[in-house]
Amino acid sequence: MKLLVCIKQVPDMESKFKIDTDGVWYDRGDLAWRMNEYDEYAVEQAVQVKEATGADLTVLCIGPDQVKETMKKALAMGCDRGVHIADDQSHRRDPFQIASLIAAFARDKGFDLIFTGMQSQDRGSGQVGVMAAELLGLPAVTTIVGFALAGNTITVKRELEGGVKATVEATLPALVTCQLGLNTPRYPTLPNIMKAKKKELLTVAAADLSPADALLNTVKLTFPEKKGGGVFLEGDVGEVADRLIRILKEKTSVLA
Amino acid sequence: MKMLLVAEYRQKKLLESYTELLAFAGQFGAECAMFLVGDGAAELPKFAGRLYLADVATYGEYNPDAHKRLLLDVVAQEQPEMIVFSHSSYGWDLAPRLAASLKAAQVSEVVAVDAGRLVVPACNAKLRRTVAGNGAVTIATLQAGAFSLADAAAGSPEVIAVKGEGQGRVALLGYEAAEHGGVDLTKSEVIVSAGRGVGKPENITLVAGLAKALGGEYGASRPVVDAQWVEHNRQVGTTGLTVSPKLYVACGISGAVQHLAGMKKSEFVVAINTDRDAPIGDVADVFAVADLKQLLPVLTEKLQAL
Ligand SMILES: Cc1cc2nc3c(=O)[nH]c(=O)nc-3n(C[C@@H](O)[C@H](O)[C@H](O)COP(=O)(O)OP(=O)(O)OC[C@H]3O[C@@H](n4cnc5c(N)ncnc54)[C@H](O)[C@@H]3O)c2cc1C
Ligand SMILES: Cc1cc2nc3c(=O)[nH]c(=O)nc-3n(C[C@H](O)[C@H](O)[C@H](O)COP(=O)(O)OP(=O)(O)OC[C@H]3O[C@@H](n4cnc5c(N)ncnc54)[C@H](O)[C@@H]3O)c2cc1C
Repeated sequence: MKLLVCIKQVPDMESKFKIDTDGVWYDRGDLAWRMNEYDEYAVEQAVQVKEATGADLTVLCIGPDQVKETMKKALAMGCDRGVHIADDQSHRRDPFQIASLIAAFARDKGFDLIFTGMQSQDRGSGQVGVMAAELLGLPAVTTIVGFALAGNTITVKRELEGGVKATVEATLPALVTCQLGLNTPRYPTLPNIMKAKKKELLTVAAADLSPADALLNTVKLTFPEKKGGGVFLEGDVGEVADRLIRILKEKTSVLA
Repeated sequence: MKMLLVAEYRQKKLLESYTELLAFAGQFGAECAMFLVGDGAAELPKFAGRLYLADVATYGEYNPDAHKRLLLDVVAQEQPEMIVFSHSSYGWDLAPRLAASLKAAQVSEVVAVDAGRLVVPACNAKLRRTVAGNGAVTIATLQAGAFSLADAAAGSPEVIAVKGEGQGRVALLGYEAAEHGGVDLTKSEVIVSAGRGVGKPENITLVAGLAKALGGEYGASRPVVDAQWVEHNRQVGTTGLTVSPKLYVACGISGAVQHLAGMKKSEFVVAINTDRDAPIGDVADVFAVADLKQLLPVLTEKLQAL
């Protein structure tokens, strides 16, 4: 059995964002980068399937050279090899183009199961996985919070609104997009981090996979207007606590 | 502009969210048709226009292959410039399938319209992108609650039955209800919630302690529940509870839209967060820029001394 997991490198969401000079995306300098949170669940699930079945597991990431750092984490979590689709323009790509690159790479490789995150943390389109499945002619199930594989069949739980879940079945080959809470992503151990350094990390140029044309353009990136109008309390915690209690006494009835 | 709105039917009910699609279309003064896989004998969306209705008994509530084919047929007939879904478990699943088939741009989770262009959030709502599709058709999914009708929806649609192939490669076996039982947070007047900023499970006691000092209950954001530090019946947000207490204290919670959806109707909101740019600030009446590990013990002690 052959497995593929697609991961994206994203900035830490607690970063202070600045807008780049073109005004269409965030400035990439001074940011700390990590694996998209949803993709950690995808990697964990893929590694669990690999451990249960002895399957072969490839991790794929599209982006500039720096994404290799994030790929190393996936390798240390248990992926067998990495495929880096080198693309300095990845930030100019829309979800359809990213999906077309994934599909172009995966097309003749005979993957039985493809895992993606349900969405990215920075852009959050929630499109790439499903579009890649469409381009590859595979059935796809989104937003999974439960996964079981028996023979050629996957039985997954899709998360719906309000905590309701739908149980859904599909036959391999298939693609699933992973939601938070699907499993407990492991922390790579030191020996596994060392081992990961020796694993194969192939680089393919994006141009060789002839990505599709963009369907979407970012016109501009802006900061939202602050709607809050709330009071900020800062400084010594004792004083912050006193001021907060005073406000709660004035503005609410809960301390009455 | 011509729009095709995709309504939803789940667990034998028409979802009210179709009115949000109508509100969005209203901003463009669009001519609307609607698509629904539902039950013609039950309640239908209230609007004046063509309703392309496929029978849920044949095509199922979740059968993406069949729903996509039916929709493609309707799109071919209607030739809309925009196809609009809710950004929901149905919409975010089906929309990209249609987009890939039509090679149409999809704009996910639209929160606003700016001079005819679509605005979407980025980076946990810390940024906003204004985007434009390049082709003749654009597909949009709308953030839940972002658009609402000023007046109740009215009118009765002209129903056009649609049919197609029913098979699909993904089978819905059934539903599982949300876990309930135990504490009922929706009845609590004060809720103090723990977010990932608590750092480790031991710190939940700080949050629970403050809740007790305020005479309330403690809740949590999703990552804290996913990590099993707190039970699911205390999770606030779209996949948990919707609460509206007199006081909501968000400790180490960034304020993702799915969390806000569950608590933004609270009467008074206090945020305790080290990041003063955290989007929880959008709904906070008071924002204490502080490390919760330092502030909570002091605050709790002072409240107990009152
Ligand atoms: C370094 C960098 C810079 C960027 N700069 C810009 C910019 O300047 N302007 C702009 O508009 N956009 C920018 N982007 C975002 C853009 O490239 C999106 O990643 C792309 O359009 C996919 O959309 P999404 O993130 O919404 O994917 P979603 O559909 O939300 O992602 C779902 C899943 O698809 C998979 N996936 C997504 N992206 C990748 C990837 N790159 N490689 C492998 N798997 C992936 C993951 O499994 C992910 O969980 C940048 C991205 C990167 C990595
Ligand atoms: C379909 C879907 C449904 C979802 N449903 C829900 C839902 O029902 N409920 C929900 O909550 N989420 C839900 N989510 C997840 C949501 O998108 C966010 O990932 C989640 O709300 C983030 O939780 P958080 O704010 O606790 O963590 P983070 O976003 O990681 O934020 C942690 C915050 O803590 C602050 N912090 C860190 N250290 C400290 C400290 N020492 N003192 C004070 N502050 C500190 C940080 O500045 C940051 O703002 C859903 C997501 C999806 C896609």
